[in-house]
Amino acid sequence: MINLLAANWGDFYFILFAGIACIFAVAVLLTSNVVRMAFYLIISLGATAGLFFLAGAEFVGAMQLMIYVGGTLVLLIFGVMLTAQSRFISMKTHPRDWLLAVIVGGSLLMLLLTAAFRVPDWHNEKHAQDAASQLEMADSKTATPLGLALTGVRVDKIDQGDEQLKEGMSGYLLPFVIVSIHLLVVLIGAAYMARAKRAVRVSQDEETEEEEANPEQDE
Amino acid sequence: MAEFINSMIGQEGATFGYVVAALVHCVLLLHVVAVGALIFIWLERKVSGRIQDRLGPTRVGGKFGWLQTLADGIKLLAKEDVTPDGADQMLFKLAPYISFAASFAAFLALPFADGWVANNINSAVFFVLAVLGLEVFGVILAGYASGSKWSLFGAMREAAQVVSYEIPLGLCVVVPVFLAGTMNLVTIGNMQAGWFSNWFLLHDPFTFCVFWIFFTCATASVNRAPFDLAEAESELVAGFHTEYSGLRWSFFFMAEYGSMFLVSGLGVILFFGGWNGPVPIMHIIGWADSGGLTGYLANLAGCVNFMLKATVGVTVMMWIRWTLPRLRIDQVITTCLKYCVPLASACFIGAVGWEVLDIWSPNHLHLGAAPAHTVNEKWATAPRGLPDAIEPLMPESEQHSKDGLLPESEQPAPEQAETAGVSQPARTSLLSASSQQEESP
Repeated sequence: MINLLAANWGDFYFILFAGIACIFAVAVLLTSNVVRMAFYLIISLGATAGLFFLAGAEFVGAMQLMIYVGGTLVLLIFGVMLTAQSRFISMKTHPRDWLLAVIVGGSLLMLLLTAAFRVPDWHNEKHAQDAASQLEMADSKTATPLGLALTGVRVDKIDQGDEQLKEGMSGYLLPFVIVSIHLLVVLIGAAYMARAKRAVRVSQDEETEEEEANPEQDE
Repeated sequence: MAEFINSMIGQEGATFGYVVAALVHCVLLLHVVAVGALIFIWLERKVSGRIQDRLGPTRVGGKFGWLQTLADGIKLLAKEDVTPDGADQMLFKLAPYISFAASFAAFLALPFADGWVANNINSAVFFVLAVLGLEVFGVILAGYASGSKWSLFGAMREAAQVVSYEIPLGLCVVVPVFLAGTMNLVTIGNMQAGWFSNWFLLHDPFTFCVFWIFFTCATASVNRAPFDLAEAESELVAGFHTEYSGLRWSFFFMAEYGSMFLVSGLGVILFFGGWNGPVPIMHIIGWADSGGLTGYLANLAGCVNFMLKATVGVTVMMWIRWTLPRLRIDQVITTCLKYCVPLASACFIGAVGWEVLDIWSPNHLHLGAAPAHTVNEKWATAPRGLPDAIEPLMPESEQHSKDGLLPESEQPAPEQAETAGVSQPARTSLLSASSQQEESP
């Protein structure tokens, strides 16, 4: 019981979630069944969301669930709908694809690892403790600063002393609007492309029929 | 709660208290889902019976057949757990648990009274919607892994339906979130404290319409009739759970009734004032926010109030199920894309216009006896609060919050003047904040 009291449950849950995320990410590679792949991927992404919740970034965690897990769901549906030849779909990966994937994924991993190990908190014990003490600020309050940053107020950078730098801290309103417009254009484009072509032909036919039926009226 | 347990054992900040608190919350919520399912299945039988001019269960447990579901549960326990030969064994066995876990996890962010919530997440509305969307995953896996074409058909229909209905559902939820200026469900509930005129349902005609769209989309997203295409007994045997039997089958039903209660509860908090009744009895007799035993009793009454309202929502869903015929898949998608989405968008614009133009609404009435539009963030900020240590880190934001640039959730809990009418409507400061931000670029 004393051990239970003294145990560092934060570390325990971090290792648990990180372990789940890593193990199931590897499982995605090792299985050949598309639906199982999607299932493992969702568990891996869900565990990543758990890491965000553990860090107190609840908005980002919910975002992770909504976008990535929901996105994988749609991927799964299309995977089944478009590739269902037999009862359970299995994918054979060509060795050439493995090689390409290892090159791309490996280089990205190298990049991320070198970036991660440059974080000073990882080398300096005292530094890490200072950072941990400041983290409480973000506790359960991340959504409001995020929302304000998107509408043009960076609350976290508001006490920036340097006047020149301060101008660059005006939030993400412009990127936000650009992305919104972009999404709107994509949506309209998708609706236009997915529109039934038959409907167009029918209306043209109707027009031609009308024209044929009463050609004099048009003139 | 964790602080309370830690103070009992005399260790500040020990993880033990947090673990015990987490267990207590989980067990309580598990009972909401499981016992709720017991009661709602019995209610469904009675409601369907009465609608079809029958009696429904009458014998088990003496009167009214109130133990019928328990008897069914024991029967289900005794049934053989069959897994088809052609099934994907692992996914087939896991699917019911995924459905149930998703339905259960969403309850973590659902408050039952002022501050009575397992985890007071700042973006709770978003969290609930995100987790609710995961429930369909269990259904799709179940349909696919069964290795039966009926199941696969059911799963694909469910997928198409839920993915489409998430859009109007999100649009509807945005309206009360916009009016409240926060995604915190506790704050949204507290903002509607007082008489029924403070409910967001009565804010303006658009929010009134939005609620019905919300209810339609919520019914569709929890896969209830007339949107129960995934089951469609007349066409698909039993849809996605054709191959299931015994306890695994019942897990799907616990998940279904759990999410019915969840979306009803969400609707109650967003539109019907949550735990704040039509008549603020606890405010009139002065027990609300009084702390101590009377404050606890007021909260308990609020919890009962919330449960009753959510149960009414579930009952209406049953009423609809036994009244309307099932829609075809094209009608389901038409309802979503051609009616719900445009209507919800129009109502959203209308509600925003109403609020920005500051047109009169019943929410502006001050009927006395209860504070109108005072946001009670005491619980939300008191245990964690803004520690003194970080205040020097963000002094400017503090100032801005006083100017009304930040929503109330950033402010330290104000000592609220409880007299009606005197209290500054929190809404106006939010409004000025939004208008300032619109003008700032």
